Amino acid sequence: MADPAAPHSQAPVLRREARQKVTGRAHFTSDIELPGQLYAGILRSPHARARVRRIDASMVREVAGVRDVITHGDDPGIRWYGEEVPTFGEELRFVGDEVAAVTADSEESVWDGLRAFTIAYEVLEPVIGLAQAACANAPLVYRDKPGNLAAEPQVYCRGDVEAGFAAADVVVTGAWTTQTALHNALEPHGCNAWWDGELLNLWVSTQSIFTVRNNVARKLGLPLNRVRVHSQHIGGGFGAKQVDWKPTVIAAILARRSNRPVKLMLDREAESLAAGNRNATRQQLKLGATRDGRLCAISATIAIDGGAHTLGGENSMVAGCYQQLYACDNVYTEQRQYYSNTGPAVAFRAPGYVEGTAALEQAMDELATELQLDPFVLRERNYTARDQLRDKAYSSPDALRRCYSAAREAFNWPLRPTPQVARKCRGIGMAASVWPGGNSHPPAYTTLVVQGDGSVSLLTGAQDIGTGTRTVLAQVAAQVLELAPGRVEVVIGDTATELHAPPSAGSATLATLGPAVHTAATELRGQVLALAARELHADVETLRMDNGYVREAAGSRAVSLADLAAAAAPGSLRSSGAVLAKPGASSPCTFAVQCAEVEVDLDTAEITLLRLVCAPDCGAIVNRLLADSQVIGGVTQGLGFALTEERLVDEASGLVLNANLEDYLVPTVADVPPITHAIVDLPDYSENPLGVKGLGEPPIIATAPAIVNAVCDALGVRLRDLPLNRQRMLAALTQTARPS
Amino acid sequence: MATTDAQPRHTPLSLWVNGEYRPLSVQPRRTLLDALRNDCGLTGAKKVCEMGNCGACTVLLDGAAVYSCLVLAVECEQRSVTTIEGGAAGNTVGALQQAFIEHDALQCGYCTPGQIMSLAALFEREPAPTEASITEAVAGNLCRCGAYRHILEAARSLAASGTERRGAGDG
Repeated sequence: MADPAAPHSQAPVLRREARQKVTGRAHFTSDIELPGQLYAGILRSPHARARVRRIDASMVREVAGVRDVITHGDDPGIRWYGEEVPTFGEELRFVGDEVAAVTADSEESVWDGLRAFTIAYEVLEPVIGLAQAACANAPLVYRDKPGNLAAEPQVYCRGDVEAGFAAADVVVTGAWTTQTALHNALEPHGCNAWWDGELLNLWVSTQSIFTVRNNVARKLGLPLNRVRVHSQHIGGGFGAKQVDWKPTVIAAILARRSNRPVKLMLDREAESLAAGNRNATRQQLKLGATRDGRLCAISATIAIDGGAHTLGGENSMVAGCYQQLYACDNVYTEQRQYYSNTGPAVAFRAPGYVEGTAALEQAMDELATELQLDPFVLRERNYTARDQLRDKAYSSPDALRRCYSAAREAFNWPLRPTPQVARKCRGIGMAASVWPGGNSHPPAYTTLVVQGDGSVSLLTGAQDIGTGTRTVLAQVAAQVLELAPGRVEVVIGDTATELHAPPSAGSATLATLGPAVHTAATELRGQVLALAARELHADVETLRMDNGYVREAAGSRAVSLADLAAAAAPGSLRSSGAVLAKPGASSPCTFAVQCAEVEVDLDTAEITLLRLVCAPDCGAIVNRLLADSQVIGGVTQGLGFALTEERLVDEASGLVLNANLEDYLVPTVADVPPITHAIVDLPDYSENPLGVKGLGEPPIIATAPAIVNAVCDALGVRLRDLPLNRQRMLAALTQTARPS
Repeated sequence: MATTDAQPRHTPLSLWVNGEYRPLSVQPRRTLLDALRNDCGLTGAKKVCEMGNCGACTVLLDGAAVYSCLVLAVECEQRSVTTIEGGAAGNTVGALQQAFIEHDALQCGYCTPGQIMSLAALFEREPAPTEASITEAVAGNLCRCGAYRHILEAARSLAASGTERRGAGDG
């Protein structure tokens, strides 16, 4: 039976800002125009590794419409990234590194200005790709970072791995690789900066208004109360917008110098070069199992290409899945992050787990083939109800099992139709995933107010990057207050509320803010009922809330929320809710299982996806419609990672060859097959009374390995490098074992 | 600091936007997208790739879907432009907007105006399009949140009602 505290389960509530978004009236950062607006642009390095010998900006200042120019000579001493580099460096470390900036009256004049620089570069030999970065005689990206190592290797060990392998009947070993992928949120990074006297106002396309507020203030040496960040609608984030980036601070500096508002939006090329990426990996794996399919040892040696800098935000924990997904007493992982002369990596939807799971789940399939076991059977035979990394029980010990059965049933595994056409092969594949996110990231605060007319306002400093934050928080409040969700107005995206909320990252929003809103709404409900009891001269116990009224449960008397609020002092009917700490007794992870059916053309090597099924565990589902959108969207991004998406870099020069949406292939409508969201909807009450966890990341993790496993099933050969582009597929066809 | 007051040459231009007469003065190199966003204050069409790859800037030019980042504003002299802001109850854009809301055919919403305008051009030509024409109509509109399946559902729902309307008319 559902918990009475849970919001309307699977209620079909429509997305609140959908009307603004479909009519073009949702104002994103890029749409904000202020009186006296100026525009800015950044000159970026054309070289992967170079020194700036001389900058001549005199011609830039002559360009019609150009107002201001700044270069490293104007640097106010701000330092960036883990490496403490300047805003405009004299030493440039990737194609796209910031060299100078221009302010002008129009965007056209900004381009003219950027083309008028004369710069003398000393071009140096770059370090491109993992093989070069790890090479003993490679140049150093940083002189004080030997071996191009960005940090000490992260080593994890449990049990006795050597003894584990000695006991194994079957061993699968080899190297798997994953590519650098670009977030490509359609709204680029950018901001509009305006100094209202001493108060810096920033409109920023960001996943974390408080991160931007705090870090911009620190970098500019401003008190925190002199920076206000606004972000009402965000055109996609996917992780890359959870940290503060240089352009925000550059715009603030330019706005102060001109005493006018300055808008600085990246173009698509800059977005592709200098706004983050999912790091490429090389993973040397060894899995050992007994004849009956029990894992006795796992070893993973992982190298990741972090690019030219180390950033904050979520870490890329590639090793995590090896430590957490399967029951195994003996596990060794070793993860090294290397520098290279390419744009810096940053969290990208389930960072690390997407890359690690791609390799682990392909290797598990190879193991299943060796053992002649069904892929589901092998995985279920290694089921664990404990998080062996944290040495705690999973808060939903049965969740992954439920995902296995929901996916298997929705897909009708292992049934597959016979091929319809000659020279085409069909195959099926599956994969499982664990994600350590989807739980609360305190602290988080919210305020609820009953206005004088009985309408309700809900305030918190969260963002909505397209996940439906406003919609689900309104649902949580409305459920407790027994109102239609439309009666609750949700105010987010403004640091002036001073209601700190976590970044829109780690699938944390609902799991963190849902309980805070629930607490506030419960408190407010108590206040309303107490006030109604006085007004009606009734016992509180006899009253109930009902669609904007407080009624006697057994009687005809009622008073409206509007009348109660009018009788109270203005603004006095209010409550707060906070989530300050995690309970921590168990490990609240989220899981998913996915299945894919594919068809491969044996002449052209084209892969056609026929159907995909995703069964994610996200605790209780608050809004079925929005949950479907999240799941389908995550799987869609995952299939791009599997098949087409890859940043291509020329290894000699470090030039990015596809820094645009023509050559970097994100999935189109024609690439996406029917995707089934196989509902799990298993409430997890370990952290909150709503039973909710997050859903942003789980649906993307297992997509790529499920697809690769299906392709390998179709062809009868194993492929270990992502993405499965046409070049790799054509090579694979030459070794395919299947009859034509 | 040395700045100059000399402004780049501007050209007078008159066009019709969502049925309204709009006299403008633009640089000859200004795109229709920039003219709509900066000179007309219509920011529904979005600037994403600036090279005709993504479809986020799609508007109707004399009824045909175009990437407004690839059209110069001066090419639109005396022509008729329909943007997402032209949607209203009773017109095709308005019907698509409602279908998108009901099928949650969006997440971040940045590509949404372009998706709707590409479909609007299709539905104006073909009130009950086939599945293949729907897919073709939005094949040039990227959605990074991956709302495609819901976009197809929204379009299908409108195609079905178009079929009903046509069926009723035939009967």
